[in-house]
Amino acid sequence: MGYTPEMLELIKKVEASRPERLERSRKGIDFEALTLAGREEVLSRFHPDYKAAGRRDIKVGPSKGENYPDEFADVLESKARLIVSGAQLEKLTAYETEVLVIGGGGGGTSAALMAQENGCKVILATKLRHGDANTVMAEGGIQGATQEVDSPYYHYLDVIGGGHFTNTPELVAALTNDAPLVIEWLERLGLMFDKKPDGRLQVRHGGGTCRKRMHSSGDMTGSAIMRVLRDESRNRAADIKVLEFSSAVEIIKDSKGRAAGALFYNLETEEYFVVKAKATVIATGGYGRLHIQGFATTNHYGATADGLVMGYRAGVPLAFMHSTQYHPTGVAFPEQNIGLLITEKVRGLGANLLNINGEQFVFEREPRDVESACIIRECLERGNGIITATGRVGVWLDSPMIEVLEGPGAVKRELPAKYIQFMRYGIDISQVPMLVYPTLHYQNGGLKIADSSATNVDGLFAAGEATGGVHGENRLMGNSLLDITVFGRRAGINAAAYVKNFSGELSGINMDHVDAYHKELAAARIETDRVAPLILPNYTRDETMEKQLTTHYQGGIRA
Amino acid sequence: MSEAKKEIRVATGDRAILPEGTKLVPIFIMGKQYRVPETMTIQKAVEYAGYQFIRSCGCRGGICGACPTVYRIAGDYHLHFCLACQTVVQADMYLTQLPFFPANRAAYDIEKVDASAETIMKLYPEVMKCVACNTCTKACPMEIEVMEYVNAAMRGDIAKAARLSFDCIQCGLCSSRCPAQIQHFHLAQLCRRLHAKYQVPAAQHLKPRVADINAGKFVNMLKELVAGDEDGLRKLYVDREMEPQESSDWQPQDKNFL
Repeated sequence: MGYTPEMLELIKKVEASRPERLERSRKGIDFEALTLAGREEVLSRFHPDYKAAGRRDIKVGPSKGENYPDEFADVLESKARLIVSGAQLEKLTAYETEVLVIGGGGGGTSAALMAQENGCKVILATKLRHGDANTVMAEGGIQGATQEVDSPYYHYLDVIGGGHFTNTPELVAALTNDAPLVIEWLERLGLMFDKKPDGRLQVRHGGGTCRKRMHSSGDMTGSAIMRVLRDESRNRAADIKVLEFSSAVEIIKDSKGRAAGALFYNLETEEYFVVKAKATVIATGGYGRLHIQGFATTNHYGATADGLVMGYRAGVPLAFMHSTQYHPTGVAFPEQNIGLLITEKVRGLGANLLNINGEQFVFEREPRDVESACIIRECLERGNGIITATGRVGVWLDSPMIEVLEGPGAVKRELPAKYIQFMRYGIDISQVPMLVYPTLHYQNGGLKIADSSATNVDGLFAAGEATGGVHGENRLMGNSLLDITVFGRRAGINAAAYVKNFSGELSGINMDHVDAYHKELAAARIETDRVAPLILPNYTRDETMEKQLTTHYQGGIRA
Repeated sequence: MSEAKKEIRVATGDRAILPEGTKLVPIFIMGKQYRVPETMTIQKAVEYAGYQFIRSCGCRGGICGACPTVYRIAGDYHLHFCLACQTVVQADMYLTQLPFFPANRAAYDIEKVDASAETIMKLYPEVMKCVACNTCTKACPMEIEVMEYVNAAMRGDIAKAARLSFDCIQCGLCSSRCPAQIQHFHLAQLCRRLHAKYQVPAAQHLKPRVADINAGKFVNMLKELVAGDEDGLRKLYVDREMEPQESSDWQPQDKNFL
């Protein structure tokens, strides 16, 4: 366990250059930061968002002509798992409800709770367990202008400035206006917020905030929120029915073109079934597990963009899907931690980034996207990355410097979770550097929604990472947990209002829009046997697949 | 130039590329032998063996609780508990995963309970049957003092139970092992919610802010920003007064938008 002898040999080069680097650091001499032109050059050549290679114009659907990463374009330009007739859909109908929520993370669960509170019967369906979502992995916190020196006005400015002024303004207004309401809601539900003894919420700064408004629950805020929301939904089990390991594969519509629920696939019995619903909420999260351009990811197992595919086929345009957030420092070794996040704080405390020769190659506090591009360039173009025994490439993040700059014990004190995470595998990051590489962190774009969480399709709502616009081209820390709760709640409330005003009956349910989409694929001469939604990522080895003689794959799963 | 330049065959996604000569070790997945690379986690080794997870796999980062795993090493009677995504395989390990464990969860109205031993007794009376064997603690992959928090809850020390159980990922291993049939993780969740809602003081400063928002105080301010052109917004952004890191008594100059 720990580093291999080969890696330990390479670490000697890091140790050899360390005294000189520490000396420079003490004198306040940094590696030279890039000029704006330099930034643009490295971004255009190496940042996955800017590189022309690995992307293409999408040829079908309501966002035809937009330029997306190949992995995402592939799932959009795919066939449906199946198209069944209206009569068959009727026959497959297993449940009828008022509000159907697809997705069991924080967004979906917020929607379910609010739809229930507003008088609706709800079915929440998820392809994994209720709560298996990126929500639980969010560590940093949740923003909200709860303090007297702050207000939604300043939160708005921070969000839109952070997003390079590209954000959809109405969504930012909704996000920032509702934030204190969400914090109060969570407090009322019994979330263990970090507080001062008198009950005042503790707040911190996050990157790009002008006021302190980052609320936390230890260093597992997302997990704490998910646990409380899920627990509360279980208190309301009479009205909120949860279907686990049931993967939505297509939205269905009624004869008037309104969303009418979804077609599901039971992952265990391999049966299809239909949930008919007057209103449907897509809260299926992002696409980290598509491993855009081969990147490892911080995302959970189910992040395969299913909701985006279904929503797109149903006629909902996409927004900001050209933009993905890569975190510069994901774990590249050991294999068991691949892709997991290493906080920016490590560089903030003074650790250098180094190549295989123990040399600095980048200023450590460039913006996230620039820092990522520089690491990629060092590894792939200059060939100065360190290749691991499992074929990963990375650069060193010299955490032992922190022990010298901040005093012995600083690593363990300042980075307790990271210290333990590496110690588990025999790596003491106060003594040896970490190996890092950029990791796919967050999908900035998604389905286009209004500030009510409604899409352009009647009866179809969406919330959270599955939607695009609120963060523009760049999301600030602490606004994703806020996004899912604010728009999850709005989706639930507005879906319930839609149900109340619902006229007529759901009749003539069909998948005509999927049929039309197939025709569009044919007209665009896209001939493919790809099937989407993927449902799960496929990590089966080629050697295994070759021997699965009677098996084929539909999307990511064996069929 | 380093050798890396010649051979940039980089592993993508979650699939490893194994170098020549990688040592394989035998593991027994539900009793059946597979040979897997010795450095892999149990989770990736099971995938390497040819399984595709439907259950027993979630965040792959040690926080969701989907992959609790039980194993023994051949020839050793000790039983071990872990998360498959966080544990490296060992030769001759006999393992199985526990994708689900039945546990009754008592329904309650959070607005109509109080943080007392009586609430605990009423909702989870089986807590009193704890025989103090500490098996729950030994089974916890998060190293939580499970028995300690159960005992605290039993005594009505809800605050202690909440604090001790804070890292719980609700994987269910504790409850799978309990001879008293306690449903620890649901009990712990109840304690945390009771503690946060009824024992920790409410944030008084939040109430006027919520009232202001509900009265629409910020609607027009936000409308102005929504309608603002980019140059104007850029100026407002650049001119923001920054709250300092150390800021106990800090006040902004401009209070028109608070």
